[in-house]
Amino acid sequence: MTSTTTTTDATTEPPSYPMPRAARCPFDPSPDLMAEQAASPLTRVTLWDGSTPWLVTRYAEQKALLGDPRVSSDVDRPGFPLSAPRDPGSRGGVGFILMDDPEHARLRRMVTAPFATKKVAALRPAIQRIVDDLIDEMLAGPKPVDLVQAFALPVPSLVICELLGVPYTDHEFFQQNSNVLVSLTPTPKERGEAVRRLTDYLHDLIGTKLHRPADDLLTGLAERVRAGEITQLEAAQIGVLLLVAGHETTANMIALGTLALLEHPEQLARLRDTGDETLAASAVEELLRYLNITHGGRRRVATEDIEVGDVTIRAGEGIVLPNEIANRDETMFPDAATLDLSRDARRHVAFGFGVHQCLGQGLARVELKVVYSTLYRRIPSLRLATDLDSLSFKTEGVVYGVHELPVTW
Amino acid sequence: MKVTVDEDKCCGAGTCVLVAPDVFDQRDEDGIVMLLDEAPAADQHDAVREAASVCPAAAILVAEA
Repeated sequence: MTSTTTTTDATTEPPSYPMPRAARCPFDPSPDLMAEQAASPLTRVTLWDGSTPWLVTRYAEQKALLGDPRVSSDVDRPGFPLSAPRDPGSRGGVGFILMDDPEHARLRRMVTAPFATKKVAALRPAIQRIVDDLIDEMLAGPKPVDLVQAFALPVPSLVICELLGVPYTDHEFFQQNSNVLVSLTPTPKERGEAVRRLTDYLHDLIGTKLHRPADDLLTGLAERVRAGEITQLEAAQIGVLLLVAGHETTANMIALGTLALLEHPEQLARLRDTGDETLAASAVEELLRYLNITHGGRRRVATEDIEVGDVTIRAGEGIVLPNEIANRDETMFPDAATLDLSRDARRHVAFGFGVHQCLGQGLARVELKVVYSTLYRRIPSLRLATDLDSLSFKTEGVVYGVHELPVTW
Repeated sequence: MKVTVDEDKCCGAGTCVLVAPDVFDQRDEDGIVMLLDEAPAADQHDAVREAASVCPAAAILVAEA
C-alpha cells in the first residue's frame, strides 16, 4: 500500500497553475480551479518554473493563512512562488507589498493617512465632478466609444494623480508603463525597464516637490526624505506602487463591472432605478466579490511549519491563494456564482486579507460607488456596441479585465 | 461590550471605520485606528462585531459583557 502511494506521488505531477478560464464565461474563475476547491482545501500545483507550492482553494483557509504571522510576503525568501521570471537585477518588490513587517509597516504607515476611510469619503464631490465631466464629454462625442479609454481608465487616473500630485498630462507615459508591469507577457527585462522608467519619473517628481511643495501625498513623502526617514529611492518606489495600483485595478472594475451589469440587465435596472445609497454600496462589494480583477493568485511562503487541517505546510514552502475562488466558496457565499447586488458581500477577500490588505480600498469604494450610481443613470440606454464573444479579456496578467469595451446609447 | 484595539497590529485598512464609523476612526498623522467609544451602546454591537471580524490584522478585540 505504502509503496503504491509513494509511486503515485513520484510520478504524478501536480496540475499546472494558473488554470485557464472557460471560453464565454468571462466573469467566472477557471472551472479547473473550482474543481480543485470542491476536491480539497489544499493541494499542490506546478508553476512555470517547475516548483510545486500549495494551492489554497477555500475561503476559511485562505483567510486564516493570509492573516497568519508565520506566512511571509518577502519575495526574496527561498521558496517564494513567483508568478513570472524576475528581472535578474531586481531585489525586493515595488514599494512595500513584497516585504514583511516591521519594514512593511514602517513604510506603509507613511502613506496610510491620505487613504483613511473618512479622508477618502471627503473626496467624493471631487470624484463626482470628474465622473460627470467625463460623461459629458462622452455624450458630446462620437459613438460607439471605447468605455475603457473614454471613461474607465481616466476616472481613477485623474483621482490618483490629484491625490499623489502627479501631472495628469503624463498619463500616457505612466499608463503604458504600468500596463507592462501588471502583464505577464513582457520579458523580465521589459518589465524591469518599465519599473525603472516609472521609478525614475517618481524620483524626479519627488525631487521637484522638495523645492515646490504642494498639498499632496508626494510632498508628504518628500518631507520624509528631507527628514531622513526614507531615501528618495524608497519614496519613489512607494510612489510607483500607489500610482500603478491606484488606476489599473479600479479601471478594470469600472469596465468589467459595466460589462457584467449589461449582461445582467435586471440587476442593472435595480441599480439604475433606485436612489438607494445602500444598494449602490452593496453593489460595489458584490461586484468586487463576483469579478475579482486581481486574479494572479496571492503569493506567500511559510516561515515555519503550519498545520492546516490534516496537511502540514512546511517552512520554506510556497503558498498560492487565488481570491477569485475564495469569493466563490459556497460555504461563505451561498449561490456564489450568481450576481446579486443586494447580497451582503462585505466579507469578500477581493482586497486580500492580513496586514497587506489593499491600502487604497476606501478610495476604490468611493470611486466605484460614484461610478456605479452615476453612469447608468446618466446614460440609461447604455449598451454594448458589439457582441460578448468578440471582446478580448486580460487573461495574461495579474489584473483581469476587458481590453476594450465598445459601447453606444 | 468592551472594545480594545491594538495599534501595533493595525495596518490602517480602514474597514472598521467603514463598518462602524461611530466607534472607530483613524489618526490624522498615520491612519492608524482610534477607538472613539470603548463601551459602545447596544445599537452598535452588531457593527462592532462585524468590524472585528473583517479587520485584516485582527487588531480589534471585543469582550462581550
